[in-house]
Amino acid sequence: MEKQENNELEKTTRTSRLYGWKVLAVVGLGAFIVAVLGLALLTNIMERKNEARNPFFRVVELTDDTDDPAVWGKNFPLQYDGYKRTVDQSRTRFGGSEAIARTPTDADPRSVVAQSRLEEDPRLKTMWDGYAFAVDFREERGHAFMLDDQTFTQRQDVVKQPGSCINCHSSAYTAYKKLGGGDIVKGFNELNKMPFMEARKEVSHPVSCLDCHDSQTMALRITRPAFMEGIKLYKASQGVQNYDVNRDATRQEMRSYVCAQCHVEYYFKGPEKTLTFPWQNGLKIEDMLAYYDEVKHKDWVHKQTGAEVLKVQHPEFELFTQGVHFRAGVACADCHMPYKREGAMKISDHHIRSPLLNISQSCQTCHNTSEGELKFRVESIQERTYKMRGLAMDALVQFIDEMRRVKEAGATDEDLAVPRDFQRKAKFYLDFVEAENSMGFHAPGEALRILGESIDFTRKGQLALRRAKEFPLILVSP
Amino acid sequence: MNLHKSQLLRLAIVGIAIGTAIAVGVYTFVYAKGYSYMTNNPVNCANCHVMNEQYDGWQKSSHQGVATCNDCHTPPDLVGKYLTKASNGFWHSFYFTTNSFHEPIRLTERSRQIAEQSCRHCHQNMVESITVSLKAVHTDEVSCIRCHRSVGHLH
Repeated sequence: MEKQENNELEKTTRTSRLYGWKVLAVVGLGAFIVAVLGLALLTNIMERKNEARNPFFRVVELTDDTDDPAVWGKNFPLQYDGYKRTVDQSRTRFGGSEAIARTPTDADPRSVVAQSRLEEDPRLKTMWDGYAFAVDFREERGHAFMLDDQTFTQRQDVVKQPGSCINCHSSAYTAYKKLGGGDIVKGFNELNKMPFMEARKEVSHPVSCLDCHDSQTMALRITRPAFMEGIKLYKASQGVQNYDVNRDATRQEMRSYVCAQCHVEYYFKGPEKTLTFPWQNGLKIEDMLAYYDEVKHKDWVHKQTGAEVLKVQHPEFELFTQGVHFRAGVACADCHMPYKREGAMKISDHHIRSPLLNISQSCQTCHNTSEGELKFRVESIQERTYKMRGLAMDALVQFIDEMRRVKEAGATDEDLAVPRDFQRKAKFYLDFVEAENSMGFHAPGEALRILGESIDFTRKGQLALRRAKEFPLILVSP
Repeated sequence: MNLHKSQLLRLAIVGIAIGTAIAVGVYTFVYAKGYSYMTNNPVNCANCHVMNEQYDGWQKSSHQGVATCNDCHTPPDLVGKYLTKASNGFWHSFYFTTNSFHEPIRLTERSRQIAEQSCRHCHQNMVESITVSLKAVHTDEVSCIRCHRSVGHLH
């Protein structure tokens, strides 16, 4: 009996001991987890505090001659990471590029290109007939490809391209310095005069850090003489004399101007092929056309009609200055390089791309509405522009065809002088919106106004053709 | 009470474990200036970096001299104020630490209502004449911050 009781007592003691260890295990484990979570949080907070304290670590010395972005990337890894991402190829509704595989050859080692715009819209070939763009024109890709895509385009085979192209297809700043013995304007003039392939040897990278940043202060700066001169002439037309962009521009203006060093309309002036912006009358399309008419510039003579025509090149900055975002003080970088948070740091996104691929950061910082709604608003504007662009293109192509037939029927240069001038105008206006990379979004009303005027120039040209000489049978549409 | 050696050992281990956990917690709280969130100073709202832009914006805003973060973003009564602070504080820390929130940062519906009420709290004399003709159920249709979005800070 006693033994049995002892046994029971022992059993109870054993059970309570076991219970004790279990409690210990649970409490211990709980305390362990709390401590681990607490330490994890502590570490996280320490990291953030450090980030907030140190915007960057200077691990290499940068100079005004460091053109390799990878070296800058050692000091600024986050910005460099974004910059490298410009290799991404993604489409938006009306822009962006598709990665198309191709078999590399010795002459053109690219294994990926963008879709051909000429195949997408054969009317472009008629509009540009006789010009190198009618042979090869692909959708533009990200900054990472600018040098290769210009080096290997088939346009190089059609016309000997000048060194002037290098100004905006590469990081040309160190080449200016080298060629000009420290004087970038002198170096710029030297580079323009060279044949493209020779100038190509002077550069090694696509647009890079020092093209927009001072290596010591990281402040934005202008390195392109063509822009310095262009903006000076434009400011003079507005009554501001001796404008020096690096001295007089505000920080917010610089956040557009660095982009406007290249995303603008230009031409190659004279036999020196000096890269020149047609801004001395103003930034509106009629100001630029008036300038080209004054200096009697033509890019080429249209193959079918003999008209002296102009090719427009990506006038993003000029169109943007006519829009509401520009009037509100928004800069290119606000939407194309929006601020983003990396831990406790605020940096501008160096993955330069369409805001439609990053609506939250690009648009919602100011526009307090849903991403879907914002995308709808942008695409509505673009669809309207695209529709008008198609109408203007149809009209122009028909006009060119009519003029060709009239010419073949024996019309003289005198007969065709007025119609040809209208073709020059209609083409310049249409191509302005076509070449501009926002499908009207940068200034919606202005883009539609320009396309409307293009159609009007075509209409007047067609009437002039009918007045020029009696060719009633020829002008009956087939 | 007599304690066995093994019991003493267990108590000691539990004590150390809990003590360590508390110590880590208290240290983190002090290090992260957790106590500062009890105060009204707007500098502290930007402690964890997420509110940097809002703080910058507030310094340049029309309300900079008359209202702090808490004046608009917490209810005026003491209990409501600290409940809101506790709830916001917890979720802000949680989302920022796990890096899982919509950027740019957005106002929740509850926070929107609090901000809306705060406008009316101070500007009562003016808004009374606006809202007086509205039925009680429709007062929400007239929103102050729908138009006056940037009075506190821009974004």
